[in-house]
Amino acid sequence: MDVYELLSAILLAIGSFLLLSGGIGVLRFPDVYSRMHAAGITDTLGACLILLALMLLAGLSLVMVKLLMILAFLLITGPTSSHALGKAAWKSGVKPLMGKALNR
Amino acid sequence: MRHTASVTLVLAAIWLGNSGHYDALLLSFGVVSIALVLWITHRMDVVDHESQPLHLTTKLPAYYFWLFKKIVASNIDVMIRAWRGPSSISPQFERVPAPQKTDIGRVIYANSINLTPGTLSVVVEDDYILVHSLSSDGMAELKSGEMSRRVCGLEE
Repeated sequence: MDVYELLSAILLAIGSFLLLSGGIGVLRFPDVYSRMHAAGITDTLGACLILLALMLLAGLSLVMVKLLMILAFLLITGPTSSHALGKAAWKSGVKPLMGKALNR
Repeated sequence: MRHTASVTLVLAAIWLGNSGHYDALLLSFGVVSIALVLWITHRMDVVDHESQPLHLTTKLPAYYFWLFKKIVASNIDVMIRAWRGPSSISPQFERVPAPQKTDIGRVIYANSINLTPGTLSVVVEDDYILVHSLSSDGMAELKSGEMSRRVCGLEE
């Protein structure tokens, strides 16, 4: 096991933990807007770390180029789609729960 | 003209990076498909400073570096709140001024708000962005205007 594999394993572990945290947030947060924040963990840093880990395993090759492209497209489309989702929720009249008054 | 050259280069890089086959037949298919896409994008009239923001090329790397640090910090914050549960959040929903002069500046600002978990741009208007934030800290940080100033710096 060389140093790249070790680094990659560490990044994969942290990334997976972030994905799990995102999932837990989606389940626990109370309304659509706050759940979208939790989902944001999975499609920003979670995805970044996992793709970085895969790049370390791939080494300098065409596979790395493809992984870089996936990362670039993900970082451009992710915020755009979450804006579309948030705007759709707002336009269809979903009011956000505000402040501390949301404990069930 | 510079924008057309830039589209061509980007398309060629994407084609070469995804293909991995470099014999004459497939390369000529690549050239034909790039030419087709160029023709379609010109017909759609989308080859301009908005789809190809060449004037930002030199400034974007420094901004992305700063933004990435913000993304890491806000990811950790939201992750902790996810584990602590709904009692740890106090959502805010307010207008944040968007003093950017150009459309692309506002888009970069709104997308940066979305890329940092914990803040979400819901509605983008000419001079403000309606933002949902998971905590009052996140809203206060956004209102301090550092991110907005940096995006304005990109525009100049």
